[in-house]
Amino acid sequence: MVVFEKPKSLTDAQFHYCPGCTHGIIHRLVAQAIDELGIEGKTVGVAPVGCAVMAYDYFACDMVEAAHGRAPAVATGLKRCMPENVIFTYQGDGDLASIGMAETVHAATRNENITIIFVNNAIYGMTGGQMAPTSLPGQVTQTSPYGRDVKTAGYPVRVSEMLATLEGPEFITRVAVNNVKNVKAAGAAIKKAFENQINGKGFSLVEVVSSCPTNWGKTPVDALKWLEENMLPYYPLGVYKDRSAEEGK
Amino acid sequence: MADKVLMKGNEAIAEAAIRAGCRHYFGYPITPQTEVAAYMAKRMPKIEGGVFLQAESEISAINMVYGVAGAGFRVMTSSSSPGISLKQEGISYLAGSDLPALIVNVQRGGPGLGGIQPSQSDYFQATRGGGHGDYHLIVLAPASVQEMADLTIKAFDLSDKYRVPAMLLADGTMGQMMEPVELPDSVDTLKVEKPWAVTGTQKKREHNIVNSLYLAPEKLEQTNLERFERYKAIEENEALYEEFMMEDAEYCVVAYGITARVSKNAVIAAREQGIRVGMIRPITLWPFPKKAIADVTDKVKAFISVELSMGQMIEDVKLASSCKKPVYLCSRVGGVITTPEQVLETIKKTAGGNE
Repeated sequence: MVVFEKPKSLTDAQFHYCPGCTHGIIHRLVAQAIDELGIEGKTVGVAPVGCAVMAYDYFACDMVEAAHGRAPAVATGLKRCMPENVIFTYQGDGDLASIGMAETVHAATRNENITIIFVNNAIYGMTGGQMAPTSLPGQVTQTSPYGRDVKTAGYPVRVSEMLATLEGPEFITRVAVNNVKNVKAAGAAIKKAFENQINGKGFSLVEVVSSCPTNWGKTPVDALKWLEENMLPYYPLGVYKDRSAEEGK
Repeated sequence: MADKVLMKGNEAIAEAAIRAGCRHYFGYPITPQTEVAAYMAKRMPKIEGGVFLQAESEISAINMVYGVAGAGFRVMTSSSSPGISLKQEGISYLAGSDLPALIVNVQRGGPGLGGIQPSQSDYFQATRGGGHGDYHLIVLAPASVQEMADLTIKAFDLSDKYRVPAMLLADGTMGQMMEPVELPDSVDTLKVEKPWAVTGTQKKREHNIVNSLYLAPEKLEQTNLERFERYKAIEENEALYEEFMMEDAEYCVVAYGITARVSKNAVIAAREQGIRVGMIRPITLWPFPKKAIADVTDKVKAFISVELSMGQMIEDVKLASSCKKPVYLCSRVGGVITTPEQVLETIKKTAGGNE
């Protein structure tokens, strides 16, 4: 009896992610949802620019590599020409909340029927640890060496809360992958975000609070502790919008 | 039966695109090309599978184009000079991922916000790639409303054939003027297999990846070399131009688009005054009709490049003629259009040897 196996929607390519990085878990959750829903053959994923840039090698479905921040626009094009297919984007905080903010907000307000997996680890990973739009006040990064000073660098963006103020989107939720319970909840949220699309409900975004041990300068275990003590108070987990549930559908 | 109708150039582009099988249009309002979007907004929802979407920016519009092109469908966007600058990132990605698509630039004066009157000052941007990296677009330059339609259809075919994005480079005059245009009922468009398209694996094949990222330099070099093999084939096979009164010409006017229309009148007027002048009108700006210029270089005494820029196409005329003969510039810029009188004056000066 098989008790544990790799999802079929992941290729055999070896991840390039750093030890302790939570991208691996999130990739697995996405692939598992695709497997469970039996949609691998009609799914097209859009990879970002950032740490997950090579996600196109890891997901076994058709993949597009988008320009930095433009994944929601690329996904819009894909969905509009192939409404029967399932389209998802997988984006980091710099990609989605900084350079791609306009694409994100407008895809949400159009209630574009796509699924967005938004990985928030409060830092630019691929380029070596610069301040992100979600870096916390006081957080030391390569480009905020004295800690993020909100007087000059402004405040971190709470993407889920902001998008939930829009009339358009169907489902906005924030989850985390810091412990088994939360990983399970994240998996369920990701699956729901895909189901919403299949059922024609519209724009669904799952923000996943995650860790970056390498660029935070911490061990994987300490990084999860830092996430719990610093990120979760600023980025509370929960469902920020679920129109169907609110309307009792 | 073809329809003969009176249309604005911008509308002719839109209708021709639809007849060429384009069902996906993404744009953002900008003068003087907004009629393309307005026409698409009206027509697309009435056609099966037709998609019109006003994007939040030119950047988004070109990336929506990238998505549809990746899925293998005919797709287009249109804009004018400042908007085309914003699209350059996406255009570079289209080129780098070998995706066919049509980009229409109805040029206006620049740089910066410039003006809203006609210009040809985006020639360098269009013919040299425009964004980052080594690449070309197939660039077609219509000189009538009829050609706005015909070259739109041709652009889709060439783009599909070579997996190279195509640009229709018009200007504000071409976009705004009305002329009778004959539109074919059904267009016999090129049907190209697109096994690389991301339409879902249906679990019947390995996954396709639309991508322009190659971290291994040798691999990236290889993709560039392969792409330039296709560019070479395009240069050999697809250059288009019109020759006018060139049989015995001693002077050769080179002009495209609206300035070719103006220059034709000047050539006729100069002939009436006994000056043996003709015109070569490039229809493709990339590939530039180098051979046509080279073939007449030994026969003529001088070239005159007529263009609405400070002198951009003139460089291609000099290169194609290997600088063997003088090349003079006749131009107006900033949205001002050359007159037949100005071109005639330049021809007369050139023929008189005073220029």
